[in-house]
Amino acid sequence: MSSHFLLLAVFSLMVSTVFAALLRDEPREQLRTGAMMFGGFVAAAFVFGWLMYPLPL
Amino acid sequence: MTSKSTTVARARDESEPGTLALVCAAGWALPGAGHLWLGRRQKAIVFMTVLPIMFVIGLMLDGRIFPFDTREPLVALAAVADMGLGLPWLAARLAGAGEGTVTSVTYEYGNTFLIVAGLLNFLVILDAFDIAKGRK
Repeated sequence: MSSHFLLLAVFSLMVSTVFAALLRDEPREQLRTGAMMFGGFVAAAFVFGWLMYPLPL
Repeated sequence: MTSKSTTVARARDESEPGTLALVCAAGWALPGAGHLWLGRRQKAIVFMTVLPIMFVIGLMLDGRIFPFDTREPLVALAAVADMGLGLPWLAARLAGAGEGTVTSVTYEYGNTFLIVAGLLNFLVILDAFDIAKGRK
Protein backbone atom coordinates (compact mmCIF):
# COMPACT_ATOMS: atom_id res chain seq x y z
CA MET A 1 0.00 0.00 0.00
CA SER A 2 2.48 2.63 -1.08
CA SER A 3 0.55 4.23 -3.93
CA HIS A 4 0.22 7.88 -2.97
CA PHE A 5 -2.96 8.30 -4.98
CA LEU A 6 -4.60 5.20 -3.50
CA LEU A 7 -3.80 6.36 0.03
CA LEU A 8 -5.11 9.82 -0.76
CA ALA A 9 -8.34 8.32 -2.14
CA VAL A 10 -8.81 6.01 0.87
CA PHE A 11 -8.14 8.88 3.30
CA SER A 12 -10.53 11.20 1.44
CA LEU A 13 -13.23 8.54 1.32
CA MET A 14 -13.08 7.92 5.05
CA VAL A 15 -12.96 11.57 6.09
CA SER A 16 -15.83 12.46 3.72
CA THR A 17 -17.91 9.55 5.04
CA VAL A 18 -17.50 10.69 8.65
CA PHE A 19 -18.18 14.35 7.85
CA ALA A 20 -21.23 13.47 5.75
CA ALA A 21 -22.64 11.40 8.62
CA LEU A 22 -21.91 14.22 11.07
CA LEU A 23 -23.35 17.05 9.01
CA ARG A 24 -26.44 15.49 7.44
CA ASP A 25 -29.28 13.39 8.83
CA GLU A 26 -30.97 11.97 5.75
CA PRO A 27 -29.16 9.10 3.95
CA ARG A 28 -29.68 10.70 0.52
CA GLU A 29 -28.26 14.01 1.74
CA GLN A 30 -25.36 12.19 3.39
CA LEU A 31 -24.55 10.42 0.14
CA ARG A 32 -24.65 13.68 -1.81
CA THR A 33 -22.52 15.59 0.71
CA GLY A 34 -20.05 12.73 1.04
CA ALA A 35 -19.67 12.39 -2.73
CA MET A 36 -19.16 16.15 -3.16
CA MET A 37 -16.62 16.26 -0.35
CA PHE A 38 -14.75 13.27 -1.72
CA GLY A 39 -14.67 14.81 -5.19
CA GLY A 40 -13.46 18.09 -3.68
CA PHE A 41 -10.64 16.37 -1.82
CA VAL A 42 -9.40 14.51 -4.89
CA ALA A 43 -9.78 17.51 -7.21
CA ALA A 44 -7.95 19.78 -4.74
CA ALA A 45 -5.14 17.24 -4.48
CA PHE A 46 -4.76 17.25 -8.28
CA VAL A 47 -4.84 21.05 -8.51
CA PHE A 48 -2.35 21.62 -5.68
CA GLY A 49 -0.20 18.76 -6.94
CA TRP A 50 0.14 20.41 -10.35
CA LEU A 51 0.63 23.85 -8.84
CA MET A 52 3.53 22.53 -6.79
CA TYR A 53 4.97 20.56 -9.71
CA PRO A 54 7.56 23.23 -10.71
CA LEU A 55 8.75 23.62 -7.10
CA PRO A 56 11.47 23.98 -5.98
CA LEU A 57 12.18 26.51 -8.71
CA MET B 1 -44.74 3.27 20.31
CA THR B 2 -43.40 6.02 22.61
CA SER B 3 -45.74 8.68 23.89
CA LYS B 4 -44.86 12.36 23.84
CA SER B 5 -44.34 12.46 27.61
CA THR B 6 -41.96 9.46 27.42
CA THR B 7 -39.93 11.16 24.70
CA VAL B 8 -39.72 14.39 26.70
CA ALA B 9 -38.71 12.49 29.83
CA ARG B 10 -36.02 10.62 27.88
CA ALA B 11 -34.66 13.85 26.40
CA ARG B 12 -34.53 15.33 29.90
CA ASP B 13 -32.67 12.24 31.20
CA GLU B 14 -30.12 12.49 28.40
CA SER B 15 -29.32 16.13 29.15
CA GLU B 16 -28.56 15.40 32.84
CA PRO B 17 -24.88 16.17 33.54
CA GLY B 18 -24.13 12.59 34.64
CA THR B 19 -25.71 11.10 31.54
CA LEU B 20 -23.95 13.62 29.32
CA ALA B 21 -20.61 12.62 30.79
CA LEU B 22 -21.42 8.94 30.30
CA VAL B 23 -22.48 9.51 26.68
CA CYS B 24 -19.21 11.34 26.00
CA ALA B 25 -17.15 8.70 27.80
CA ALA B 26 -18.86 5.93 25.82
CA GLY B 27 -18.25 7.86 22.60
CA TRP B 28 -14.60 8.26 23.50
CA ALA B 29 -14.09 4.62 24.49
CA LEU B 30 -15.80 3.21 21.41
CA PRO B 31 -16.32 5.50 18.42
CA GLY B 32 -20.04 5.82 17.73
CA ALA B 33 -21.15 4.37 21.08
CA GLY B 34 -22.49 7.77 22.17
CA HIS B 35 -24.70 7.94 19.08
CA LEU B 36 -25.84 4.36 19.62
CA TRP B 37 -26.82 5.27 23.18
CA LEU B 38 -28.86 8.19 21.85
CA GLY B 39 -30.64 6.03 19.29
CA ARG B 40 -28.81 7.32 16.18
CA ARG B 41 -28.06 3.83 14.91
CA GLN B 42 -27.20 4.66 11.32
CA LYS B 43 -24.62 7.27 12.30
CA ALA B 44 -23.26 5.01 15.04
CA ILE B 45 -22.65 2.21 12.55
CA VAL B 46 -20.77 4.59 10.22
CA PHE B 47 -18.52 5.85 13.04
CA MET B 48 -18.00 2.39 14.52
CA THR B 49 -16.89 1.10 11.14
CA VAL B 50 -14.89 3.92 9.59
CA LEU B 51 -12.88 5.28 12.54
CA PRO B 52 -11.39 1.98 13.78
CA ILE B 53 -10.60 1.03 10.15
CA MET B 54 -8.77 4.35 9.73
CA PHE B 55 -6.85 3.64 12.92
CA VAL B 56 -5.87 0.12 11.78
CA ILE B 57 -4.80 1.42 8.36
CA GLY B 58 -2.63 3.98 10.17
CA LEU B 59 -0.94 1.19 12.11
CA MET B 60 -0.52 -0.92 8.95
CA LEU B 61 1.18 2.05 7.28
CA ASP B 62 3.87 2.04 10.01
CA GLY B 63 2.42 5.10 11.72
CA ARG B 64 3.44 5.97 15.24
CA ILE B 65 1.24 6.31 18.29
CA PHE B 66 3.00 9.27 19.85
CA PRO B 67 3.95 9.30 23.53
CA PHE B 68 2.82 12.20 25.68
CA ASP B 69 6.01 14.25 25.82
CA THR B 70 5.58 17.82 27.08
CA ARG B 71 9.15 18.75 26.10
CA GLU B 72 8.07 18.49 22.46
CA PRO B 73 4.77 20.36 22.04
CA LEU B 74 3.97 18.97 18.57
CA VAL B 75 4.54 15.40 19.76
CA ALA B 76 2.32 16.08 22.79
CA LEU B 77 -0.43 17.45 20.52
CA ALA B 78 -0.15 14.40 18.25
CA ALA B 79 -0.39 12.19 21.35
CA VAL B 80 -3.60 13.95 22.44
CA ALA B 81 -5.03 13.47 18.94
CA ASP B 82 -4.09 9.77 18.98
CA MET B 83 -5.82 9.35 22.35
CA GLY B 84 -9.09 10.44 20.77
CA LEU B 85 -9.83 6.92 19.68
CA GLY B 86 -10.24 5.47 23.17
CA LEU B 87 -10.16 1.70 23.46
CA PRO B 88 -8.55 0.98 20.06
CA TRP B 89 -5.77 3.40 21.05
CA LEU B 90 -5.42 1.77 24.47
CA ALA B 91 -5.40 -1.73 22.98
CA ALA B 92 -2.75 -0.74 20.45
CA ARG B 93 -0.61 0.82 23.20
CA LEU B 94 -0.91 -2.28 25.38
CA ALA B 95 -0.14 -4.58 22.44
CA GLY B 96 2.98 -2.60 21.66
CA ALA B 97 1.66 -1.60 18.24
CA GLY B 98 2.27 1.82 16.75
CA GLU B 99 6.01 1.98 17.34
CA GLY B 100 6.31 3.73 13.98
CA THR B 101 8.98 3.06 11.38
CA VAL B 102 10.51 6.41 10.45
CA THR B 103 12.30 4.94 7.45
CA SER B 104 9.09 3.53 5.98
CA VAL B 105 7.82 5.36 2.91
CA THR B 106 4.31 5.39 4.38
CA TYR B 107 5.31 6.60 7.88
CA GLU B 108 3.82 10.08 7.50
CA TYR B 109 0.68 8.69 5.88
CA GLY B 110 0.30 6.33 8.83
CA ASN B 111 0.66 9.20 11.28
CA THR B 112 -1.93 11.20 9.36
CA PHE B 113 -4.45 8.35 9.46
CA LEU B 114 -3.89 7.80 13.20
CA ILE B 115 -4.06 11.48 14.15
CA VAL B 116 -7.07 12.29 11.96
CA ALA B 117 -8.98 9.22 13.21
CA GLY B 118 -8.53 10.49 16.78
CA LEU B 119 -9.48 14.07 15.93
CA LEU B 120 -12.56 12.94 14.01
CA ASN B 121 -13.66 10.97 17.06
CA PHE B 122 -13.42 14.15 19.13
CA LEU B 123 -15.85 15.74 16.65
CA VAL B 124 -18.11 12.69 16.89
CA ILE B 125 -18.11 13.04 20.70
CA LEU B 126 -19.05 16.72 20.41
CA ASP B 127 -21.87 15.78 18.03
CA ALA B 128 -23.17 13.20 20.53
CA PHE B 129 -22.96 15.88 23.25
CA ASP B 130 -25.02 18.29 21.13
CA ILE B 131 -27.62 15.60 20.41
CA ALA B 132 -27.87 14.71 24.11
CA LYS B 133 -28.30 18.41 24.98
CA GLY B 134 -31.15 18.58 22.47
CA ARG B 135 -29.37 21.05 20.18
CA LYS B 136 -29.57 18.72 17.16
